Amino acid sequence: MAGYKPVSIQTYPVLGEKITQDTLYWNNYKTPVQIKEFGAVSKVDFSPQPPYNYAVTASSRIHIYGRYSQEPIKTFSRFKDTAYCATFRQDGQLLVAGSEDGVVQLFDISGRAPLRQFEGHTKAVHTVDFTADKYHVVSGADDYTVKLWDIPNSKEILTFKDHSDYVRCGCASKLNPDLFVTGSYDHTVKMFDARTNKNVLCVEHGQPVESVLLFPSGGLLVSSGGRYVKVWDMLKGGQLLVSLKNHHKTVTCLCLSSSGQRLLSGSLDRKVKVYSTTSYKVVHSFDYATSILSLALSHEDETIVVGMTNGILSVKHRKSEAKKESLSRKRRPAYRTFIKGKIYTKQRDDIMINRPAKKHLEWYDRDLKSFRISKALDRVLEPNCVIKTPEVTVSIIKELNRRGVLANALAGRDEKEITRVLNFLIRNLSQPRFAPVLINAAEIVIDIYLPVIGQSPVVDKKFIVLQGLVEKEIDYQRELLETLGMMDMLFATIRNDSTSLSEHVPAELPEKKTESPCQPGDTDKNS
Amino acid sequence: MVEDSIRVVRCGGSRLNFRRAVFSADSKYIFCVSGDFIKVYSSATEECVHVLHGHENIVSGIVLNPNNHLQLFSCSFDGTIKLWDYLDGILIKTFIVGPKLHALFIPTRAEDSIFLTINKEEPDIFQLVSVKLPKSSSQDVEARELSFVLDYVNRSPKCIAFGNEGEYIAAVRDFYLSVYFLKKKKTCNFTLPSTKNKKNAKNKFTCVACHPKEDCIASGHMDGKIRLWRNFHDDKKYTYTCLHWHHDMVMDLAFTVTGTSLLSGGRECVLVEWRDGSEKNKEFLPRLGSTIEHISVSPAGDLFCTSHSDNKITVIHRNLNASAVIQGLVKDRSVSTGLMVDPRTKALVLNGKPGHLQFYSLQGDKQLYNLDIIQQEYINDDGLIQIELVKAAFGCSGTWLATVEQRQENETELELQMKLWTYSKKTQGFVLNTKIAMPHDDRITALCFNNAENYEKPILVTASRDGHFKVWVLADDSDIYKKAIGWTCDFVGSYHKYQATNCCFSEDGSLLAVSFEEIVTIWDSETWELKCTFCQRAGKIRHLCFGRLTCSKYLLGTTDNGILCCWNLLSCSMQWSAKLNVRVLEPDPYSDHVAAVSQSAVGSDLFVFKPSEPRPLYIQKNVSREEVQWGVFVPRDVPGSFTSEAHQWLNRSQFYFLTKSQCLLTFSTKSPEEKLTPTSKQLLAEESLPTTPFSFILGKHRQQQDTRLNETSDNELIQLPLTENIPAINELLHTPAHVLPSASFLCSLFINSLLLSKETKSTEEMPDDVAMEEKGESDSSDEEKDFTEKAQETNNMDLGENVIHQLSKSEEKELRKFRKVDYSWLAAL
Repeated sequence: MAGYKPVSIQTYPVLGEKITQDTLYWNNYKTPVQIKEFGAVSKVDFSPQPPYNYAVTASSRIHIYGRYSQEPIKTFSRFKDTAYCATFRQDGQLLVAGSEDGVVQLFDISGRAPLRQFEGHTKAVHTVDFTADKYHVVSGADDYTVKLWDIPNSKEILTFKDHSDYVRCGCASKLNPDLFVTGSYDHTVKMFDARTNKNVLCVEHGQPVESVLLFPSGGLLVSSGGRYVKVWDMLKGGQLLVSLKNHHKTVTCLCLSSSGQRLLSGSLDRKVKVYSTTSYKVVHSFDYATSILSLALSHEDETIVVGMTNGILSVKHRKSEAKKESLSRKRRPAYRTFIKGKIYTKQRDDIMINRPAKKHLEWYDRDLKSFRISKALDRVLEPNCVIKTPEVTVSIIKELNRRGVLANALAGRDEKEITRVLNFLIRNLSQPRFAPVLINAAEIVIDIYLPVIGQSPVVDKKFIVLQGLVEKEIDYQRELLETLGMMDMLFATIRNDSTSLSEHVPAELPEKKTESPCQPGDTDKNS
Repeated sequence: MVEDSIRVVRCGGSRLNFRRAVFSADSKYIFCVSGDFIKVYSSATEECVHVLHGHENIVSGIVLNPNNHLQLFSCSFDGTIKLWDYLDGILIKTFIVGPKLHALFIPTRAEDSIFLTINKEEPDIFQLVSVKLPKSSSQDVEARELSFVLDYVNRSPKCIAFGNEGEYIAAVRDFYLSVYFLKKKKTCNFTLPSTKNKKNAKNKFTCVACHPKEDCIASGHMDGKIRLWRNFHDDKKYTYTCLHWHHDMVMDLAFTVTGTSLLSGGRECVLVEWRDGSEKNKEFLPRLGSTIEHISVSPAGDLFCTSHSDNKITVIHRNLNASAVIQGLVKDRSVSTGLMVDPRTKALVLNGKPGHLQFYSLQGDKQLYNLDIIQQEYINDDGLIQIELVKAAFGCSGTWLATVEQRQENETELELQMKLWTYSKKTQGFVLNTKIAMPHDDRITALCFNNAENYEKPILVTASRDGHFKVWVLADDSDIYKKAIGWTCDFVGSYHKYQATNCCFSEDGSLLAVSFEEIVTIWDSETWELKCTFCQRAGKIRHLCFGRLTCSKYLLGTTDNGILCCWNLLSCSMQWSAKLNVRVLEPDPYSDHVAAVSQSAVGSDLFVFKPSEPRPLYIQKNVSREEVQWGVFVPRDVPGSFTSEAHQWLNRSQFYFLTKSQCLLTFSTKSPEEKLTPTSKQLLAEESLPTTPFSFILGKHRQQQDTRLNETSDNELIQLPLTENIPAINELLHTPAHVLPSASFLCSLFINSLLLSKETKSTEEMPDDVAMEEKGESDSSDEEKDFTEKAQETNNMDLGENVIHQLSKSEEKELRKFRKVDYSWLAAL
């Protein structure tokens, strides 16, 4: 026979952002630390080696910050003009930076003066990077050229003049010492091979390219420019894999999470978006105060550093998870308690009797099952339930109403209990999703307790609050109706316009005259 | 093929709960009335073993023959009493009484006299009479000598009971309990003391039961009280005690065989067992599903059964455990969902139990399963407004099911919920996919899926009285974390704030027709653009349907004013119209025929036509005296081969229709005998065994033997020795393995035992022997046989006995003669 069917609790869609693994992961950062730099922060780069310091390029200085330090632990300030693109070498020992005057400088982390100076560009160098063999530097400049430099003897090895506009971004392959890509304002991203003197691959981005990024495997290339982020499959000869248009201003910087599963993009629209690299859907988004120019993630995503146009550097550290573990270490029954009797293997002459699994019932269901209606209502009016899950309370009130016993359940309450009911009504009466059920309940409460009104000042006060609420709601509804009327009038004018327009059409097609004349207006309104 | 005339036939789904069910003496079978038939069910397997047909009107009572518990008496509204052999399903005798018989009673010690409830000339006055059944060898016997016993009895057999082995009759009616002592021919009348009191106006008698051993009468009342009457031999000194648990009327009462406890049931759907007649000692079996209408107790005392208002019989074990459910077609107060056919199972689908959708097999005349739509605890209380299942529709060849439930407390408060169910191949059932609260602001009037095959995306359209129709589409809401497919509203359409009353998709799914009161609008299902409108100004549109196949360019509509219109969609004009007050308009999904049932003052008529021409292909006048409410075409498993134009519409599908009094009827050309051959001639192996999968296999094996036996009626039958009778095998199977000798030793023994020995080859000596004993007993019905003895006997029965059960009467006689013959000569062989 069928057992007791528990009360179905009406579920409502959760408003606002959906909670997913990603939102949990990316929200698990402390409040950002703000550091003021001298000018717009054009580049942030993390040292790949512990202790994972990071270099921040802003105005004519390069600051090196430690992981938790708010003051720079080292500063390189020997630039005549704006510095660009301070980048660490793979071993974290050397740092290279371009500058407005066209000189590329190489620094030792421990030293102060530049180790090498590569002179050859005639205009500002906006991008520099070390190649995978650590002994060469690639630079791109506003003079439309890309140059490859040799570190030991500070000589220029190659010059590529394939671009036809400023070269503003670049990236060297992490696997092949000869490969690197550069993006330019001529709307192209070009891949160069140091063994040849020409580009080997060229993809058309469509907008001035602000940032390029190679996946660690080197198979995929990400370019950003304009409002687009595009992903290219290099192994298929530069085929466009996906084009993402999730920002509404120029995307300025790109970054991969440490696992390679997520791609981050920062934009002038003050947002950082996180994409999944499998589906290329946005899984999370951060908001910042001003337009973002640079973005970097540390090892294991421990820190997110974002540089902005107003010179503010925002540093977010991941929350430590040590605390949670200590909390969960509560003494529980041993494992064997749970499996007691369940691991018994059936012997030859044994007859197994399976007891049907006992269905767990909520407390209010247990009360309803045995028709303890007032008790069930009391249970769902507990403050805990009322605040956390008002829909459960409403569902029980609805169920009592369906059973025709709501009045019985509400009757015979003392001051404290009726206050609880009234508090709940006041709290939720005006919520549209609960209103139909609660208005009915409120009517019943008023009917029952009208004769005893005036006996308790507490209850009277609640009734007055309820009355005020209802009056406010009525006013609100009236205003809504007025607005609706105004909108109807607007729609009516639109309809007239469209009928006058579409009346020309039936004139040309006389066989369609069977149609009702006001049909176009109707469809307009509906669509 | 000879084409008989088409007749309207009743097809199953008749009430099983019309009268109390009756158990056979050994509790193996349950008999219940079912329309004109009596059905014999196995109490263990719920299977219908026999259908006893012979009565020409509704069967109104069945009683086991107290003198021979293998026979069954039945009475019917056709004025006859019939005696059946229920094991073989044979009609033994017919007693023609004459007037309409409403109930049948046979006290245990009565000699040849039977008590009947008959109707006097006045409409609502019933009499209890006794009739003596004459002894005669002929099949049809006249028994018209009625002797009057009691006047003004209630028509329901629940209100009359025979007590203490037929010494007295207790009958209740309104506020009176009358006890008639048969020997003294004296009647004592009792009234409840406070009947005049307004407060107690509800304590009418509803049912009565008599204690099997003591002088004690239990009566049930409207107010839920049970009164136990004692000392009723005296008008003055009588006493009664009250038992009160039911809050609504007591529907039926029954004493157990020993009389130690009393069973009662009512609207609460709870079977209450009162032990020792005291109010404190009671046991409950709750949640039986619906109102208990009848309670019966098996003569052996091990089983009870309750008949419920939802056409269900529940078999309950003595320890109050429900053990089996026999479920017929549930007839709710109103069939609001209409009749539908599940494209997957070809079962008839309609709303059944409150909040459930039932899937009913027309072939097997049994319920396949119930789908719980509302999924809420059913509270049975008078005047309570329940959530009702009002609409349902299947889509995409049974992959989707849409249901609408509503609860309207008053004009302004309406709760609506639409649910969409998807068929899960894994669980082989419907699983809830989407729940939409308040899909419309007012009641939903129509619901239809786009069932065109070439459409990948299912579309659902709902029309409502709020003046809108809504288009719902399946939307993929999956993201990288989860897979989620649900239904969302895609388009809302309206036409001048008229109420939308019907909606219908064309066969290819390209057009949607929605009727708004008097106006029909045609919408393009791609763009949801209004294509054209038809208006006849001839009353509100009642039905709307597109033609199929060759007639797909036509749209049919019927109006309130009794006009049937056919529009041509290509010319956007009216093709033809006819004056016909159509109640049901149903297109055949497999042909281009359309069936229309019209309603007139005399009765309902059926018209079958093609939308292309206004000439009906087939007319059947007066298919039913009442209003026909719903109809549906059910596809045939095997297509018919009618060639004449008038019968062609029966080829692909069969038309079923439901009348206002909830009779399920259909059209058939076959004679009733052909039509209603017992669903399966299964005399199951259960004769002697509890049913296990093994016994089923064995049963098949045995049936094969039967057929062989029938084919070769002479004695040259080679029969396999019966495994159960071979000691070697018995030993092998029943000795624990650890004490058995090695397998190599046993092997030759075992093989030898299976070889056919000379004795078994010659004739079926063993089976014959046992079977004859068996048969002898069952035949010598006049000898009083103790029940327990019989039970032992049945345990000893073996396979051969079953063979004999199939033998005809003449063969039996032969065998009986054979028994007396000395067959010691067999040993010599």
